Amino acid sequence: MIKNAHAMSALLIAAAHIRGPHIAWAELSPIVLIAAGALIVLLVGLAGSQMVRARVVPALAVVAIAGAMGTEIWRFTYAPQTIVAGALRIDDLALIADLVCAVAALAAVLLSLRARAPRDAGHGEFHALLLFSLMGMAVLVSAQDLITLFLGLELLSIPLYVLCAAEYRREGSLEAGLKYLIIGSVGSATLVYGLALIYGATGQTGFGGIARALATHASGGLLGDPLLLTGIALVVVGFAFKASVAPFHQWTPDVYEGAPTPITAFMATATKAAAIAVFLRFFDFAVTAEHVNWAPAVAALAAVTIIVGNVGALGQGSLKRLLGYSGVAQAGYMLTGLVVGTQLGVSATMFYVVAYLMMNLGAFAVIVHQERVSGSDRMADLAGLGRRSPPLAWSLTIAMLALAGIPGTIGFIGKVQLIHALVNGGYGWLAIVLVVGAMISLGYYLRVVAAVWMTPAEGHGAAAVSGAGAGPLAGTPLGGFAPIAGGSPEADAQAETDGAGAARAGVLERLDPDPELLLVAAVFAALTIVFGVVPGPVFQFVAHAGAVLVGLR
Amino acid sequence: MILTHASSAPFSLSVLLWLPLTLALLSAALPARLTGKVLAVASLLPLAVAVTFVANFNSSYPFPQFVTSQAWIPSLGIRYALAINGLNVSLVLLTTVLFTVSLAWSALREIDRPRLYYFWFGLAESAVLGAFLAQDLILFVAFFDLMLIPFYFLVGSWGSGERVRATIKMVIYTAVGSFLMLAAAVATGVIASGDHHTPLDFSFGVLQHLPVSRTDGEWLFLGFTLAFLVKMPVVPFHGWLADAYKSMPIPAVAVFSGVVAKVASYGFLAIVLPTFPQASHHFQVLLLIIALASILWATAMAFTTRDARLVIAYSSVAQMGFILLGIFSLRAPGDQGALLQMLNHGLVTAAAFFVVAAVAARAGGSERMDDMGGIAFRAPLLATLFLVVTFANLAMPGSSNFIGEFMILLGTFQSHLAIAVIATLGVVGASFYALRLFIGAMHNRVGGRVQSFELGRAEAIAIVPLCLIILVLAFYPQFGLSRSQASVKLAIAPAASASFRGSESRTLPLTYASLDAPLGWWSYAPLGAGLASLPGKPRRIYTYTTPPSQQGSKQ
Repeated sequence: MIKNAHAMSALLIAAAHIRGPHIAWAELSPIVLIAAGALIVLLVGLAGSQMVRARVVPALAVVAIAGAMGTEIWRFTYAPQTIVAGALRIDDLALIADLVCAVAALAAVLLSLRARAPRDAGHGEFHALLLFSLMGMAVLVSAQDLITLFLGLELLSIPLYVLCAAEYRREGSLEAGLKYLIIGSVGSATLVYGLALIYGATGQTGFGGIARALATHASGGLLGDPLLLTGIALVVVGFAFKASVAPFHQWTPDVYEGAPTPITAFMATATKAAAIAVFLRFFDFAVTAEHVNWAPAVAALAAVTIIVGNVGALGQGSLKRLLGYSGVAQAGYMLTGLVVGTQLGVSATMFYVVAYLMMNLGAFAVIVHQERVSGSDRMADLAGLGRRSPPLAWSLTIAMLALAGIPGTIGFIGKVQLIHALVNGGYGWLAIVLVVGAMISLGYYLRVVAAVWMTPAEGHGAAAVSGAGAGPLAGTPLGGFAPIAGGSPEADAQAETDGAGAARAGVLERLDPDPELLLVAAVFAALTIVFGVVPGPVFQFVAHAGAVLVGLR
Repeated sequence: MILTHASSAPFSLSVLLWLPLTLALLSAALPARLTGKVLAVASLLPLAVAVTFVANFNSSYPFPQFVTSQAWIPSLGIRYALAINGLNVSLVLLTTVLFTVSLAWSALREIDRPRLYYFWFGLAESAVLGAFLAQDLILFVAFFDLMLIPFYFLVGSWGSGERVRATIKMVIYTAVGSFLMLAAAVATGVIASGDHHTPLDFSFGVLQHLPVSRTDGEWLFLGFTLAFLVKMPVVPFHGWLADAYKSMPIPAVAVFSGVVAKVASYGFLAIVLPTFPQASHHFQVLLLIIALASILWATAMAFTTRDARLVIAYSSVAQMGFILLGIFSLRAPGDQGALLQMLNHGLVTAAAFFVVAAVAARAGGSERMDDMGGIAFRAPLLATLFLVVTFANLAMPGSSNFIGEFMILLGTFQSHLAIAVIATLGVVGASFYALRLFIGAMHNRVGGRVQSFELGRAEAIAIVPLCLIILVLAFYPQFGLSRSQASVKLAIAPAASASFRGSESRTLPLTYASLDAPLGWWSYAPLGAGLASLPGKPRRIYTYTTPPSQQGSKQ
């Protein structure tokens, strides 16, 4: 006892003598707000009242995210700063990625308002995990040090593993969570090994230190130092897992399909944005001195990703899988901006990240609606959406055309900007790969649009339903199927086993889209068009993303 | 970049460009049964605006007129720049005419989901006008790609037969070209500004004065050329044509074949020849052979198919082959003839598709020639109009098409004699398939399901105006020629002079002497008179001069 007290006081005395780093609270405010929000949400989630859990918790989450967004916008006007003893750097690149992730989180909260996942997992836990994941992203994108980088990555990933399995009574969700956990852990392990080797090769953990060490490297740089070469290769693989870059993308369609759709939307947009941002910061800042050596490898990776993603999406019948593969292809487009290693390339990539956010969230809102109505996300079930719900049909159409890069949408401008950066950086062949990928992509994006507008809605009754390729139990009387919108897990489970499409016919006409889905779909579709016609504001938003990475051309 | 105004108009070109889309959106707010009728009447408005511009157009001034130019995306140097010059003036008018006529045709019929249908039509008209008017490479590409979307929906939602497959096939085919063109367009601007150390700028006028290196130019040329060849389409790239034309609703196929395909051939004249003169000369023979192949192949297809609509479709491939031939003759008469032929063919092919629809309505809804025959007996007026269209299509002497084809062949004779001689076979073939269609449908034995009746109001509203315009043009082909002359000369001057610097420099005096007095057997008397009456016809060796206003901006 006394011994303990002595030890304690010794520790306290020692602690008093350790000078901790200066904590820049103003710069840290977004992260702090999100963390506080997560804790509060978790506590409020313990409340007994169902009303409090179902209403107040999401509202608090929205407040926390909105607060974080507010502080991020506030910090935008300040000069870039390295804070917490060089662990984090708050600059335009980080803030843009932060904002993108926050918008995605906001949309995810809205999309999950009436979803099953938060009810299954508990509202408090669900939203707290979402916020923690968002916090991980905020740490990751501003990481200026190998340690912070890994910390951010794990803080991002671990809540997501849980969230993927949030609908724990549904087999697909559990499978997605497990798959993501295993593959994500492999990715993390690879990454941390790579980081360790880089530390070994350069003796530095700070990105600035690594950049200096590489710039003055005596032994022939990357190719002369097997330790460094292996390290960077492993880091590429680790990031590639997170950003779902081929050939490390195999988990993507499976996890996207199995995870609760709001979480899929969050993963597809926010995780990708964060991974691409850290890709940019690491490669275009920390190891930019070795650009000539890593660029061809990353270029090959980008080219393979574009082709694999687009070809993989061609045969998909499930919309979430389709968007999974499309996300792989889009990650390839974004990587091309990294390859050229210029400020223009960084800006083009961040522009595309913003564009990708807008294009995808609208589509996911429609998928959430579609799942509530028909119990599945099969493309065939979209038939007649154009008549049932024109606003959602338009949102999905705009999202698909934008992803394909049709003019008048932000996707077109994003591709023009990327091609510009590529030709400017001497990677003309990669621009050709990009447009070839875009051509292939029309093959599946247009199929979705055709399903929405050009296929008449299936009529009522079993005959019409079986025509749509329903399972063996098509025609089983499932009159009481309506709860799929209100959500009894048993009914959902039954829908699963019944081979999805069985009981749609009666339900289709009755369900108007939920207002929050309509809001998300309409807002992002409108932004896709508005910024496609008047892209100036987005250009200004991302203008300085490249300038903050010193050492870039 | 300063483009001098040669003439002014009461409104900006933006009005003309966005009016169709605005009207379509406004009329979508009306009750569904009124939408079509109101829009058909309202579409006279863009037509009137276009006529105003044509009336104020200064034919002797070769540079862009009525210029609207604003920064669109400053950080990429992309401008919202619109203008009319001799190349697009008649095509803009043609666009508004064909869309008005097609909307009138649609308005008198029952259309499923009319608001959407007319919205897509309005968007299509704005996009086509945008592609013609754009003076910035990226803006052009944007409108060129955007054009595809309305037709994707029009075919997929209101088409017939295997419509969804046909529409996806069409979009993917054409997207292969147009996305490569996007890459090529961005690359052109970036490479040109990099080579010459100027700020990034995609204006046609600026890029024409910043030549890219020979190898770059050839790759970029191929990127643009592929896009245009697929869109026209010509022979190796025509795979989408039959399915798409077969599935399209008639008003859509009329405007598609009439003007959308012309955007591609216009692109050659407005972009490819002036911007990549060396490459154009380098690939001249290749393009001429492609043109020849599509003339011969499509002619053969047109007189073997039994489907009336496909006869017109293949005849339009053959005509596009002629247009390509004229463009790549790289001679003033050839290119002027090509431009005139774009106008003629746009009118004729649209009219022909409407006529085929009218004929099919009398043959029990079938478009197969086996089901037709003897329709003329009870529909003499329809037969007369069909005959007018047929004669124009086969380029009967006296028709404007004849002048067009003649000038195209004239230009080709001057540059590549052998190719021109073979291409003449296409003219012969045209009379065969056009008359075969007319006789098979109108005369011969009365078909089994034929129930003929006279031309109705709903048909006359589209066919009669087009036939009248065809007749007027037959008497007054200078309408197209005089306005285009100065601009065509300017557009082909660099490419033509590139070809003169090549192997043919010795034959130069002879070549141009032949312009004034066509040599040999083809100095066909009536036409000689017709040509001689053309105002300001080319008489001298063209030297490429930079317009004074642009020297300042060159630095």
